[in-house]
Amino acid sequence: MSDMTTSTEPTLMRRIWDSNMAYSFRRNPVAVVSLLIFAVIALSAILAPLIAPFDPYDPAQIDIMNSEYPPVWVDGSESQFMLGTDDQGRDLWSTILYGTRLSLLIGLCAVTLQAFLGISIGLIAGYVGGRLDSLLMRLADIQLSFSTLMVAIIFLAITQAMFGSDTFNRFAVYFLIAVIGIAEWPQYARTVRATVLAEKKKEYVDSARVLGFGPMRIMVRHILPNSLSPIFVISTVQVANAIISEASLSFLGLGMPPSQPSLGSLISSGFDYIFSGSWWITAIPGIVLVVLVLVINLLGDWMRDVLNPKLYKG
Amino acid sequence: MSLLSVSDLTVKFAMRDQTVTALHDISFDLAKGERLGIVGESGAGKSITGFSLMNLLSKPGYIDSGKILFEGQDIAGMNDAQMRGIRGNKMAMIFQDPMVTLNPVLTIGQQMVETLQAHRKLSRDEAEQIAIVKLREVYIPSPEERLNQYPHELSGGMRQRIIIAMALLLNPQLIIADEPTTALDVTIQADIMELLLELCQSNKVGLILITHDLGVVSQMTERTLVMYAGRIVEAGRTREIINDPQHPYTQGLINALPQQTLPGHRLKQIPGNMPSLTSIPVGCPFSPRCSYAVDHCRTTRPEPISYGTVRVACHEVNRLHNDTPDQEKQA
Repeated sequence: MSDMTTSTEPTLMRRIWDSNMAYSFRRNPVAVVSLLIFAVIALSAILAPLIAPFDPYDPAQIDIMNSEYPPVWVDGSESQFMLGTDDQGRDLWSTILYGTRLSLLIGLCAVTLQAFLGISIGLIAGYVGGRLDSLLMRLADIQLSFSTLMVAIIFLAITQAMFGSDTFNRFAVYFLIAVIGIAEWPQYARTVRATVLAEKKKEYVDSARVLGFGPMRIMVRHILPNSLSPIFVISTVQVANAIISEASLSFLGLGMPPSQPSLGSLISSGFDYIFSGSWWITAIPGIVLVVLVLVINLLGDWMRDVLNPKLYKG
Repeated sequence: MSLLSVSDLTVKFAMRDQTVTALHDISFDLAKGERLGIVGESGAGKSITGFSLMNLLSKPGYIDSGKILFEGQDIAGMNDAQMRGIRGNKMAMIFQDPMVTLNPVLTIGQQMVETLQAHRKLSRDEAEQIAIVKLREVYIPSPEERLNQYPHELSGGMRQRIIIAMALLLNPQLIIADEPTTALDVTIQADIMELLLELCQSNKVGLILITHDLGVVSQMTERTLVMYAGRIVEAGRTREIINDPQHPYTQGLINALPQQTLPGHRLKQIPGNMPSLTSIPVGCPFSPRCSYAVDHCRTTRPEPISYGTVRVACHEVNRLHNDTPDQEKQA
């Protein structure tokens, strides 16, 4: 051990910058570009109320006479609507900003819910083992044998019928988060359980038991932090999946209402006009959705490579 | 009263179609501050004995019968919450490989503070102070800096010292060391053993040293148990056992030491392997490998008997002793 590493206490930023992960990130142009694009999309979504020239939720700012203006680079456009307008006369650029915000919010919250459910169930199943493990994993198998969309469609259709359209539209965000969150927990539970089974056999767990720690503490403080790398990887993929699920459900009319469009409902509302020449209402939000999902997946791929213990053991 | 008193401890493993006995009627006592060695080949049940004393046998294994009295309380009958008050607190265990026994994602300081706070009501600062004192006791240079380091930043010998310091954190009465130096290189082995001996003597801590190294046992311990196939075959004062082994198995172990062989000759190994737990011979479990075995040995199981100052489980111990060549007796 050299004195250099021990005598000076590097700052947290410095340590992050010097870490293997940051190094491999800097060396990977795809990851850098992906993160940049993701940061731009996420920032503009978060700052939507400041950036957007119009408020698409405010009926006073919407004029039906402005409907279906094309983007500025096409003939017959109106200069104040940069990306044109949709069928109701809303500025498409503002609506996309607000829609991305909703899509990201639903995606992230749904994944947080999935992760919470999946990690808790996976940890308990893996650590306790035996009958409880079999029971929980069979539940996961049953859940997985229904496709997410099917579960979501049935659930959302029933709630829509039960509460009526108005109430449903008001709470659509929460319903979507709940249904996407609950439908996908087995992905996490299986991954976490497999990692916990491997970690549980390691000697530091024995030594924690020998030091008199209880099962809760061993699970949460000792095993969970050692199982984080697959959780990170699966989380990026799941965020992308959740955004797609939300878009699909909204496209099918079971998600966000047209008055508060997410990317999916925007694509859906433009779909009716695509053959009348107003391609931009569908195409532009579609491109944003594809780029968003693509960069998240590329970041996930990079993370999987970095955290793969076969390539590098940290 | 002795610190630890194990009587007729039997441990079984429930397999799918049968139950095998891993430990068979193990009995021994340990006085306060006494050091005991447990020796035997791999699979003799040494580590299982260690884990049973902690009541930490994992799933298919269980304590079938017998008592483990620690400070007068029966550990074998305690529930998990009661055991947690004893583990780490009054009894500590040191494992074989220091490279894997520390949690890789927590710093040394976090692990030591956590251990202290799990058993005592202490603030973070107080706990850190105790940790620093204990690290200094095991001769870790600049302990304040070590607290912020992760296990992977330290060498194997350093990590084993830290593990010893963690074992001593709460001033336990008993340390069970399961081959504590097997994974270290030879020069460091001697240092660690010396440190362990020094700490046990100065703090009056009892030590159970599980090892297959008879040399280590002779330096470190006062009494020795020799185990074979889940049984104690010979027990007594270490000096007697090393200098004048009674059981043919102990004799075989000692003869197998490289020091017992002239340069250029093959090592005198014990022929054959230890029987697996599912196929232990009917009579004396050592009989298939024993050159003294007679018919009687293959049919009836020998019970431990007192012979001189040791207890030994062998039918033929009297004959054996008379057969020992005269010059060896005089030496």
